Amino acid sequence: MNLTLKVWRQKNNADKGSFNNYTLTGISEDMSFLEMLDVLNEELSEKNEDPVHFDHDCREGICGMCSLYINGKPHGPQQTTTCQLHMRSFKDGDTIVIEPWRASAFPVVKDLVVDRGAFDRIIQAGGYVSVNTGGVPDANEIPIPKRIADEAFDAATCIGCGACVAACKNASAMLFTSAKISQLAMLPQGQVERKERAEQMVAQMDAEGFGACTNTGACSAECPKGISLTNIARMNREYFSAVASSENV
Amino acid sequence: MILDSKIPAGSLAEKWTKHKFNMKLVNPANKRKYEVIVVGTGLAGASAAASLAELGYNVKAFCFQDSPRRAHSIAAQGGINAAKNYQNDGDSVFRLFYDTIKGGDYRSREANVYRLAEVSVSIIDQCVAQGVPFAREYGGLLANRSFGGAQVSRTFYARGQTGQQLLLGAYSALSRQVANGKVKLYPRTEMMDLVTVEGKARGIVTRNLITGAIESHSAHAVLLCTGGYGNVFFLSTNAMGSNVTAAWRAHKKGAFFANPCYTQIHPTCIPVSGDHQSKLTLMSESLRNDGRVWVPKTIELAQKLRKREILPRDIKDEDRDYYLERRYPSFGNLVPRDVASRNAKYVCDEGRGVNETGEAVFLDFRDAISRDGEDLISAKYGNLFDMYQQITGENPYQTPMKIYPAVHYTMGGLWVDYHLMTSVPGLYALGEANFSDHGANRLGASALMQGLADGYFVIPYTIGNYLAGMPYDKLPVDHEAFRSAEKAVKDKIQKLLGIKGKKTIDDFHKRLGKIMWEYCGMARNAEGLQKAIGLIQELKKEFWKDVKVLGDNEELNLSLEKAHRVADFIELGELMVRDALHRNESCGGHFRDEYQTEEGEALRDDENFAYVAAWEHKGNDVPEELNKEILEFENVKLTQRSYK
Repeated sequence: MNLTLKVWRQKNNADKGSFNNYTLTGISEDMSFLEMLDVLNEELSEKNEDPVHFDHDCREGICGMCSLYINGKPHGPQQTTTCQLHMRSFKDGDTIVIEPWRASAFPVVKDLVVDRGAFDRIIQAGGYVSVNTGGVPDANEIPIPKRIADEAFDAATCIGCGACVAACKNASAMLFTSAKISQLAMLPQGQVERKERAEQMVAQMDAEGFGACTNTGACSAECPKGISLTNIARMNREYFSAVASSENV
Repeated sequence: MILDSKIPAGSLAEKWTKHKFNMKLVNPANKRKYEVIVVGTGLAGASAAASLAELGYNVKAFCFQDSPRRAHSIAAQGGINAAKNYQNDGDSVFRLFYDTIKGGDYRSREANVYRLAEVSVSIIDQCVAQGVPFAREYGGLLANRSFGGAQVSRTFYARGQTGQQLLLGAYSALSRQVANGKVKLYPRTEMMDLVTVEGKARGIVTRNLITGAIESHSAHAVLLCTGGYGNVFFLSTNAMGSNVTAAWRAHKKGAFFANPCYTQIHPTCIPVSGDHQSKLTLMSESLRNDGRVWVPKTIELAQKLRKREILPRDIKDEDRDYYLERRYPSFGNLVPRDVASRNAKYVCDEGRGVNETGEAVFLDFRDAISRDGEDLISAKYGNLFDMYQQITGENPYQTPMKIYPAVHYTMGGLWVDYHLMTSVPGLYALGEANFSDHGANRLGASALMQGLADGYFVIPYTIGNYLAGMPYDKLPVDHEAFRSAEKAVKDKIQKLLGIKGKKTIDDFHKRLGKIMWEYCGMARNAEGLQKAIGLIQELKKEFWKDVKVLGDNEELNLSLEKAHRVADFIELGELMVRDALHRNESCGGHFRDEYQTEEGEALRDDENFAYVAAWEHKGNDVPEELNKEILEFENVKLTQRSYK
């Protein structure tokens, strides 16, 4: 198939950036979306033009490194990661618009690459159980009902890609933050630090400049791992009950 | 040079316990005076960085990705082994040790493997305490499954995403130490060289991938947790960024490289669909529990399939060759990875491959679906079937999957002693980056176990024994050793940028991959390997004359990053081929056509090759020197592996 690409090019964070148009011919429908971009980059390299920079690594939908806002949707038309999107989702003659994640908390580094360090800092604010290596109880000492373990797992499958932020009109990071808070709030291991965790992670999320939640649900609809909106409700409950009973007021 | 593996004396079961007592300790108040560099943040790197910081050491952690959570450990699907014996089915530390030694075709070190089995039980405890949501039974206790043909159920799992959950656990522990100020993180930073002074590792030189800045970092010890080198084949199940550069540059600074030819080719991957392909996707080994592997009995039928004149379901049972069930009646479709892979190659080499390229076999769920119903099969493998359909556009409930072997894991790596220290004092290698525990073939669900064993439970003990003898003073980064290393890195970058040739980096990488796959892949022979050496040497010359690296150093520059990695892969490729050529036997993942039994199985030569081949760099364009560590087996009897 033959395609027209409108790709966001931006030399660095200080650069203003603009769209560039490229045409590609002979693209196979079996290619992944990123392999289509590989073809573009090989062609650009042969013409001595700077290749389009984009983040990617595992190319099997789990590392969360790939991003790309494709035709107005994070990770494109399917509910999957960009690396798992295949060209059979497009038609011959299509024009495809490719942009980076747009959020002030995710500054553009170059072209389609953004800095998602804010997510790491939210986890550093409390997304863990404070146990040192060694000296922990036997793994079967605390039984956990299967239903709870499964639900915690569902929240824990977040890959930290940032599609939720890109999909949200407020650039809110509630789905990401709530997934971790939920996972640990449900498990017995997470109980000891439950309150502080909710308070600190929400505070960090706000400090990073992410927006608020207005319950449109775009984040969950676009999440490649289908993280449920229920997590946001649970985070709000965790947060308010923590603040209401906090000794730090 | 004599290689001292520093295996402690005493009976196998007591070695580690006694040795932990005998090793030197660093006083808690003095730990904060030491700085440790950890390169790579996968299971081994993240667990080591977190555990050392908890002990009080100051840690600097580096990764080339934008976040430590992206490391390729995250992609492991199946599970993690541990000798918990929760299932009361006869498992024990000794059985896990025995299975691992045998599975590795008797080419690993007894003492290391026993320690791995011993600490495996603590790993599960640790992960559960961190909040890792493993699969559970209705009674609330942990679930286990049998994996990779093991006869006991010792594999712990979190659906098909075990690697992700374990890595996020280690990443959370690491994040806690970042918050505590004990770990300083350096994402999007690549190690370019190791700095040694008086033979000891004293720091590294890095490139900031965003600004291009070349920087020096001084430390009392350096840990390489940088994964495997499967991408030397261009196509593999590794992540696009996985590379050998840190390990290779350390090798050139004196760290021996052990058994580089031991590569694991995983039997169940989605076949290559065209020249555009950038990576191969693994389908979990668990599929072989219910899927049956077959090709048509005749070449004529295979040709008709390839031309799409007939469909798989048109082929009658009597015209199908379920070759694994036929050749290995007792293990059938569950034979170990190396055996399954090699047999797929044989039937395709005979012309019986089933897709357009002739390099695919069927993995068929027809019989499982008619026996158990579609619902049950969907409950077990639904996510894998969906993934397969997403990538290939075919529905595996209706037509058999097509699979073919692909490079998946490298058992070889930097040589380390019992302390995980390389041949350079103060330089350690953990996880897939070292060679230590899997011999010539790794068993399923053992990679995660080894990465976490090294990081959580081995290095925290052994590093103290070394640091206790080190002065507190750190080498200043304006020391001559750092300056000259920085200059060498900058010169190399300028050289790469200055070639301004005609061929792209991927062009070289793909050609290298084809040479490696053709001559140093699933089956090797002396003639082919000799030829490969010449081809790789020519490729190397051409690379340094005609590669095109665009852009500048002072920016995010993917071409430049790749150029470094491919240059190192080319050099490693030659060493792999030389290692494969020198090892005149077949063992595990290393299969030499000349050395097989009458039935076509791997034929070991224990008398002459029961050793670790540790290669020593002697200078550019000088052949590497072979050092041998003889493997001694006191607790197991060496037998021919048989899965008949």
